[in-house]
Amino acid sequence: MNSLQFFLEYSIVGIASGGVYALIALGIVIIFKSSRTFNFAMGEMMMLSAYMFYTAAVTFSLGILAGFAAAIAGSIVVALVIERFALRPMMGRPFIAIVMVTFGIGSIIRGLVGMIWGPNDLQIPPILARTPVMVGDIFIPGKTARASAIAIAIVVGLILYLRYSRAGVALRAAAADTVTAVSMGIDVRKVVAFTWVIAAITGCISGVLMANVNTLTPHLGLVALNVLSVIILGGMNSIGGVLVAGVIIGWLEAVTGLMLGTAFREITPYILALLVLLVRPTGLFGTKGIERI
Amino acid sequence: MVSNVEAGQRPAPAARSLNRQRLMLLVGLAVLLVLPLFVPRYWVFFAGLLGINIVATHGLNIMMGYTGLLSLGHAAFLGVGAYTVALAQAHLGLPFWIAIPLAGVSAAVIGVGFGLPSLRIRGLYLVIATLAAQFILNFVFVHWQAVTNGDVGLTVQPANVFGFLLNTETRVYYLILAVTVLMTIFAANVIDSRVGRAFVAIRERDLTAQVLGVEIVGYKLAAFALGSFYAGVAGGLLAYFNRFVNPEQFGLLLSVFFLSAVIVGGMGSMLGAVLGAVFMTVLPEVLREGALAIGTTLGFDIASILVPLRETVFGLLIVCFLILEPRGLAHLWTRLRQKVLRSG
Repeated sequence: MNSLQFFLEYSIVGIASGGVYALIALGIVIIFKSSRTFNFAMGEMMMLSAYMFYTAAVTFSLGILAGFAAAIAGSIVVALVIERFALRPMMGRPFIAIVMVTFGIGSIIRGLVGMIWGPNDLQIPPILARTPVMVGDIFIPGKTARASAIAIAIVVGLILYLRYSRAGVALRAAAADTVTAVSMGIDVRKVVAFTWVIAAITGCISGVLMANVNTLTPHLGLVALNVLSVIILGGMNSIGGVLVAGVIIGWLEAVTGLMLGTAFREITPYILALLVLLVRPTGLFGTKGIERI
Repeated sequence: MVSNVEAGQRPAPAARSLNRQRLMLLVGLAVLLVLPLFVPRYWVFFAGLLGINIVATHGLNIMMGYTGLLSLGHAAFLGVGAYTVALAQAHLGLPFWIAIPLAGVSAAVIGVGFGLPSLRIRGLYLVIATLAAQFILNFVFVHWQAVTNGDVGLTVQPANVFGFLLNTETRVYYLILAVTVLMTIFAANVIDSRVGRAFVAIRERDLTAQVLGVEIVGYKLAAFALGSFYAGVAGGLLAYFNRFVNPEQFGLLLSVFFLSAVIVGGMGSMLGAVLGAVFMTVLPEVLREGALAIGTTLGFDIASILVPLRETVFGLLIVCFLILEPRGLAHLWTRLRQKVLRSG
């Protein structure tokens, strides 16, 4: 196989894994838009969802569909509990305090999962077919391709939903100007809770997809830290930006892995995030003017 | 001043309590000096660790508590200091009294390198830059084999104080005690000065601070550099304390540890940094002893869940203190004292 084909193959695999990044990033961006809360616990919420799916589907042998429904329900409950009992009391407090709260929640979930399910890898029931997808001569691993197709379909669907539905309008109104939104009769608390529910659902789907492509460990949540660079690149408050940025980051990770060795994959997103901060802090699609001092 | 004159010979209550505070501090210091003579060796070891954690917590408190600059990469800057000491000793043969300040300076330089782009922007960006620093620096520690010796790490020779080797817990303890006291006094003086007031002004409202003539970017950089310097010095001490340096010591969990220490102690309080560091250093020991005791009585193996248990408790402390008592243990302490003084 020649090197160009190698490059193309890695690129496509990378782009495919970017789809899942976009789905995770969407959950973070949507919460940020509604309440200026940057949710550092997203990765852990995602990981917890995957464990709940495992427990429902395997331990209680509910099967894949019922297990998945149970996991979604569980994730929504967890998200609402976090929102109600940890973040609502923090409303109006300095943003670094809020960031630290979500960071602390992430630590709690990581620890609890480690205590309940143990540190070892678990194998969740296969949802995605393994048969590889061929694009011309290029070979894409079946799970990655299918996970990405599902993730991208959901991201696009959500973007359209948020663009045209009443809930989406309410969200944008709350993001643009909370006080005006409230005076126009929008229940901003409900909007915030709504974004947490959406984040729980996207987190649950991406968690199950990630656990299918890789294995299920308590470290699964650390993937969401890579997603930070997706958000920085896409622009902190751009819902559409996550898709483009997710794909770019996924591609870059794969390509640097090919050229510099797989170890470099782990830090590529962080180096990119630093470069974006240096060159264009608004990201590609961020709308709000960055406040330079 | 005025009340002093009116009161004649007797010092004013404020001055009297200040004198009493000084006296208490001196007594405390004396106790710390003779401590190794009376307590078991394990306690001396523990006290050394405590001193190192106090220095590092002062650093994060200067950044986060006083200036409002959140850093998630504090552990990595400790790592920079520790590796600086190990390398300076191995390749340049530098003595500790050069190596430790050098550790601080190199951590400050690297910290500013990471922080510079985002210190100019308001908001979340510094948080992400410091998180990036945590992962990138740890990657460098693991993968720059030729210099850091990878996962295995480097060994450190005991510090040599004018021909006197600091090769026991007690001897290192005195080095740590001296540095901790110096660094605490220095931090207290910085916070009491014009610089410290500028830090607080930036934390409270940066625009107002700028209008009042505080050079925001300069002071933010100074706070970040100073905080990283403290981390580097603590890391340097840690290298002499453990006598080896490896990447595992400086992971994300350690950054969360210092974050918890500052929050639990009370952000923006010198006393808080000390209380927080003490609390967080003692806590894992208590957790371990408690978990092992429960494990043996109930008859199952708890040792394997110690690390996740620690993560859970650190997280719970961060969340609970931020929601319920954002001014931390320092505030609880002051309230308790007032209550006792009033009733007594």
